[in-house]
Amino acid sequence: MSTASSARAADLRAGDRKSSAPASASAKKVGAAASWVDERTGIAKGASFMLKKVFPDHWSFMLGEVAMYSMIICLLTGVFLSLWFIPSAGQIPYEGSYLPLKGITMSEAYSSTLGISFDVRGGLLIRQIHHWAALMFVVSLSVHMFRVFFTGAFRKPREINWVIGTMLSMLALIEGFAGYSLPDDLLSGTGLRAAEGFIRSVPIIGSYVSYMMFGGAFPGEAIIPRLYAVHVLLLPAVLIGLFTAHIILVMVHKHTQYSGPGRTNENVVGFPLMPVYTAKAGGFFFLVFGLLSLISALVTINPIWAYGPYDPSPVTAGSQPDWYMGFADGALRLLPGWLEFEIFGFTLSLNVFLGAVLLIPVMYTITGAYPFLERWITGDNREHHILDRPRNVPTRTALGVAAITAYLVLMFAAGNDIIAIRLQMSINDITRAFQVLFFVAPILTFWVTRRICLSLQRHDRDKVLHGRESGTLVRTPDGQYYEVHEELNDYDRWKLVGFESPAPLALPSGKDANGVASKDAKKELRRAKWSKFFFASRVEPVTPAELAAAHHHGEHEAIETPAGAGAHAIKQASQD
Amino acid sequence: MSDPRLPATFENPGLPPHVHRAADTDPRAAKRAERQVAGLFTLSILSTIGFIVSYFAVKNDTEAFIPFIGTTNLLNVLLGVFLALALLGIGFGAVHWAKTLMPDEEVVEERHPIRSDDESRAKAVGLLEAGAESAQLNRRPLLKATAGTALGLFALPLGVQLAGSLGNPTKALDELKSTIWDVKDGKPIRLVRDVERTPIKAADVSIGAVFHVLPETIKESHHVLEDKAKAAVLLMRLHPNDFAADDLGKKAKSWGYEGIVAYSKICTHVGCPVGLYEQQTHHLLCPCHQSTFDVTRDCEVIFGPAKRPLPQLKITVDAEGYLVAPQGFAEPVGPSYWERKK
Amino acid sequence: MNALAARRRHPAAIALLLFLGLALVGATYSLFAPKPAQAAVATADKVADGKALFQANCATCHGISAEGTKSGPTLIGVGAAAVDFQVGTGRMPLSAPNVQAPRIEQVKYSQEQIEAMGAFVASLAPGPAVPDKATVEAEGDVALGGELFRVNCSMCHNFAGSGGALTRGKYAPALYGVEAKHIYEAMITGPQSMPVFDDKNIDAKGKASIISYLKTVETQPNVGGMNLGNMGPVSEGMFI
Repeated sequence: MSTASSARAADLRAGDRKSSAPASASAKKVGAAASWVDERTGIAKGASFMLKKVFPDHWSFMLGEVAMYSMIICLLTGVFLSLWFIPSAGQIPYEGSYLPLKGITMSEAYSSTLGISFDVRGGLLIRQIHHWAALMFVVSLSVHMFRVFFTGAFRKPREINWVIGTMLSMLALIEGFAGYSLPDDLLSGTGLRAAEGFIRSVPIIGSYVSYMMFGGAFPGEAIIPRLYAVHVLLLPAVLIGLFTAHIILVMVHKHTQYSGPGRTNENVVGFPLMPVYTAKAGGFFFLVFGLLSLISALVTINPIWAYGPYDPSPVTAGSQPDWYMGFADGALRLLPGWLEFEIFGFTLSLNVFLGAVLLIPVMYTITGAYPFLERWITGDNREHHILDRPRNVPTRTALGVAAITAYLVLMFAAGNDIIAIRLQMSINDITRAFQVLFFVAPILTFWVTRRICLSLQRHDRDKVLHGRESGTLVRTPDGQYYEVHEELNDYDRWKLVGFESPAPLALPSGKDANGVASKDAKKELRRAKWSKFFFASRVEPVTPAELAAAHHHGEHEAIETPAGAGAHAIKQASQD
Repeated sequence: MSDPRLPATFENPGLPPHVHRAADTDPRAAKRAERQVAGLFTLSILSTIGFIVSYFAVKNDTEAFIPFIGTTNLLNVLLGVFLALALLGIGFGAVHWAKTLMPDEEVVEERHPIRSDDESRAKAVGLLEAGAESAQLNRRPLLKATAGTALGLFALPLGVQLAGSLGNPTKALDELKSTIWDVKDGKPIRLVRDVERTPIKAADVSIGAVFHVLPETIKESHHVLEDKAKAAVLLMRLHPNDFAADDLGKKAKSWGYEGIVAYSKICTHVGCPVGLYEQQTHHLLCPCHQSTFDVTRDCEVIFGPAKRPLPQLKITVDAEGYLVAPQGFAEPVGPSYWERKK
Repeated sequence: MNALAARRRHPAAIALLLFLGLALVGATYSLFAPKPAQAAVATADKVADGKALFQANCATCHGISAEGTKSGPTLIGVGAAAVDFQVGTGRMPLSAPNVQAPRIEQVKYSQEQIEAMGAFVASLAPGPAVPDKATVEAEGDVALGGELFRVNCSMCHNFAGSGGALTRGKYAPALYGVEAKHIYEAMITGPQSMPVFDDKNIDAKGKASIISYLKTVETQPNVGGMNLGNMGPVSEGMFI
C-alpha cells in the first residue's frame, strides 16, 4: 500500500505555478486595470514587496489581530450609531416605545439611545456589537500586551512599538469610558459624578479644572457633547494614527518568531501574505466579527433602559465601571480615608488622587519604560527577533505575573459588593482582605512563578538529557524493569536548547585602571545588583558535552535509538 | 571526558522535512476539502439572505422564547445570528481553504539589519548639515533666535482660546460652596419629597423611616440636575435614645428635630449618592466604594475610603408642622477639594 | 394461548407488572388516605390560636408576650403585616443564627396559621395591617413606579431588583418571584435592615406603582439576549 501509492500520490501541488513564472492570459486582463493605477502611482514594486512578505505562524500572534479587528468593528458600528445618537444633555420627555419610561424627563442622549435600542430596526444589535467589540478590544489588547511582555518581543528594535502599544492601551481605556458615558444613563452618570470628584481631588487646580471640564456645575450640559467629540473625533483619530504606526513598525521590523528548527535571528519562517495570510488573516476578521455578532444576538450588554436616565439623586447597588476601569475603581475602594489631610488650611485628598488620577499614568509609565529598564539591567543591546519562552526568563516572567496579580487584586476589589452578595460574605471582610492581598499577593506570586519557571527549565533539561518517557516498559532477561526513554530528535531538541542564559553582569570594582574611584561607580554597582537579581538561579541550556556525558552513565543503557531522522553521531562517538 | 570535536552549544538543525497534508496528495481529500469550503461559503450566502428576509419580515417587538436565554426580542436574535453565520461562514471558509488547499510549505524570508548602513547615515547627516548651513542658520543668530521664539509661541493663541473659554474658573469656588438650601431672605425652606415634591410633616416621619428629600426651592430651579447634585438630602428618624452619648451624638440630635435628622446625601469621597440606610444599625452605606457613616455619631466615617462625615442640615418645624431648614449647610457638600476650608 | 400469555416471559413483563402494581396501590392510598388534620378553627379563636402558635414557635427569641429578649426584638406594634411578611416569606422562624434572615421557599405554616399569629401580634398594640387585595393589586403608573424605585430602592436592591450587598454580610435580597402582597408589607413594616416606607412616606398609589414597575421589569423580555443576572458591568466583564 505504502510504496505504490506514495509513488502515485505525487504532490498534487506539483503542477502549481511558481510565483516567478510569467503571468497568464487572464492575469494580463486584470493587469490592464492594475497597470492604469501603476502608471499613476508606481505601486507595483511596493505591491510585490508586500505580497511576498512572510508571517510566522503561531496562535499567540492572533491576539493583536483580534484587537485590531475589534477596533475596526467598533469604528464601523460606531459610524452607524452616530447616525441616530443625539449628543445633547437637553431634557425632554420620553415619547418612544419603551413603556416603563414613558413620559419621564430625560436627556436627548438617553432618549436617542433608547430609540436606537427599541425603535431602530437592528439598532439594538448594532449597539450591542459596538459595546461587546469595545470590551473585546480591551481584553485582546491586554492579552496581546502580556504575550509581547512574556516573550520579550519589546526588546530592540521594538521598544518604540512597545511604547506606542502602551499609549494605545491607555487611550483605549479612555475611549471606552467616554463611550459608555455617552448614553447618560444612571450607571454611567454615577461614573461621571465620581469622575468629577476625581478631578476635584487634584491639588491646587482641581476645582477649576473640574468646573471648566463640565462647563460649570456638575452635571451641566456640556459634558455629553464634549465626551462625544472626544469619543467620535479626537480619540479615534489618535488611535488610528498610533495603530497605523504600530502596524507599519511591525512590517518594517518583520514579525518576531518563536525559536525552532530553521528559525534564526536573521530570518523569518512562515507563510507568505499571498495567498495564505490573506485568507487566514482576512478570514480571521470575519471570524471575530461573526463571534461578536453571535454574542450580541444572544447576550445583553449595558441594558440602559433598565438603569433609567441619569439623576444625581438615585443610584444602583452594584455601581461599577466597565471592566477595564475596574482596577481604578478597586483602588478607590481600598485606599483608606486617613490619606486625606489638611495642610496650611488646604485639603489634600490623596485617598482619591492616588487611585483615581495618579494610578493610570504611573502604571503606564512604568509599563512603557520597562524595555529600557530591562536593557539597563541586562546590558543586552543586540537586536532580538527570536522570542523567549517565558520559562527561560524566570525573573521577567515572575515580575510580569506579580504586576498582573496586583492589577487583578485591584480589579476584583471593584466587584467586592457583587462578591459579597453572590458568595454571601461580609463586604467589610472582603475589602480588608483585598487591602492586605494587594501587598502580599504579588510577592507570593513572584516567588511562586519564578520557582515554577526554574523547575520547568530543569524539566526541559531532563528531557533533553534523558529523553521523553515513552510509556513502554522493558523487562530484561535478568528481571530488571526499565521504562524506555525515547530520545528527542534534533528538531524537538532544538526547541528546548535553543535559548541563551546569560550570566549576571560582573560586579564592577568601582575603580578604574589607576585606582581612581569611577564617577559611575554607584550606578554600576546598583546595576550589577539588579542584574544579579534578574539572572538569579538561572538554568542553562544543555550543551552537546553534557548530553554526551549523560550518555556515558550506566543507567542510560535504557535509551533506545532515537526516533525518526535523528540518529546523531554523538551517541555513537560516546559509546565505549 | 568531553569530546573536543563537540561544538560548545547545539546548532540549529534547519527546517524539518515537510509533511504533506491529505489534500496535497489524495485527490479525494482535496475534493472533500473543496466541498467543505464551498459549503461554508454557501452557509454564509444563505445566512445573508436570512438576515435580509428577517429584517423585513419580523416585527420590531416580537418576543420569542429561547432555551437558556429566556424570552427575548426575536428580531435582535435573528438578525444577530444570521449576521454571525454570514460572517463566520466566510471566516471559517477562508481559513479552512488556507489550511487544506493553499500551500503550507514554509517559506523563509531573510531579515536585513534594521540599522541603515553607514553610507546612508553619513549621507543623511550630511544633507541635514548642508541644509542648515545653506539656510545660513548658524551664521545668523538673530534669525535662529526669532524663528525659534515664533515657532515656540505660535500655539499659545489656540491654547489661550481653549482654556479661557471652557468656563470662568473664578465662579468655581463660589459654586462649589453654595447650594439651593442656602436661605436668601430669612425664610426657612421646606423639605419636600424627591419624586413627588410634596412637603413633609414631622408627624409623617416614622421611626426607622428614610425619606429622600429636596428643598422646596427646587421647584423654581432652572438647573434641576445641577441643583439636585448638591441639594439631595436624606431624612431619617431615630429614637432619641439611639444617638450616641458623646459630643457627636449630642450635636446630631441638636441639629435634628425630635430624633429626625437630615444629612447631605452626596458622599464626601467622590460624590455618589449615599442611599443605603440600614435601619437597625443606623449606618449609611455608599454603594460606590462602601464608605460607611454612623448616623448616631453625626455620620462619622466608620469604614471605607471617605474621610469626612456627611454634612448635617439643621432642621426644625414651621407653624404648620412641616419640616423646614432654617439655614443651609455649614460646609461645602460633596467631595473634598483643595480650597474646601477657605 | 392468547397473545398476552405468549408474551408472559418477555423481559419487560415484570417491569410492567411492577409498574401496574405500584400505580394501583398509590391510587388506592390517595383515595382512602386520611386527610391531614385541619389546623384552622373558628375565627373567634384566632387570637388565641395565634397566641398558642406564637408561644410554641416564637417566644424563645421574642419573649412570652412578644416583649423581646436578647435574641429577638420586641414585636409589640409591628402589626399583622410584619407577621404576614416575615412568616409568609419563610424568614421567620429564623432557621439558623445569622446576620441575615433569608427568604425560604418552604414556608412552615399555612396561611391560616400565619393569620392567626398576625392577629395575636396585632392584638398587642396597633400596627400596620395586612393590606387588602384591592390595594395590593391596584393599577399603578409604571413610569412613576420606576422613578420612585430608582430614588428609594435601587441603591440597595439594584436597578432591576437583583439585590445588593449591605455591610457585614447582610444584603438586600433579590425581588424576583416575590408576591406583590409581600413587597407591599416589606415597604410598610421595614423588615430587618430595610427602612420603613409607610404610607406617609410613599403613598398607596406610589407603592402600587412600584409593584407594577417591578412586575413589569420581571416579566418583560430581555431584549438583548441573556441578561447575565442584571448585576451590571461586572458580569459582562466576567463573560468576556
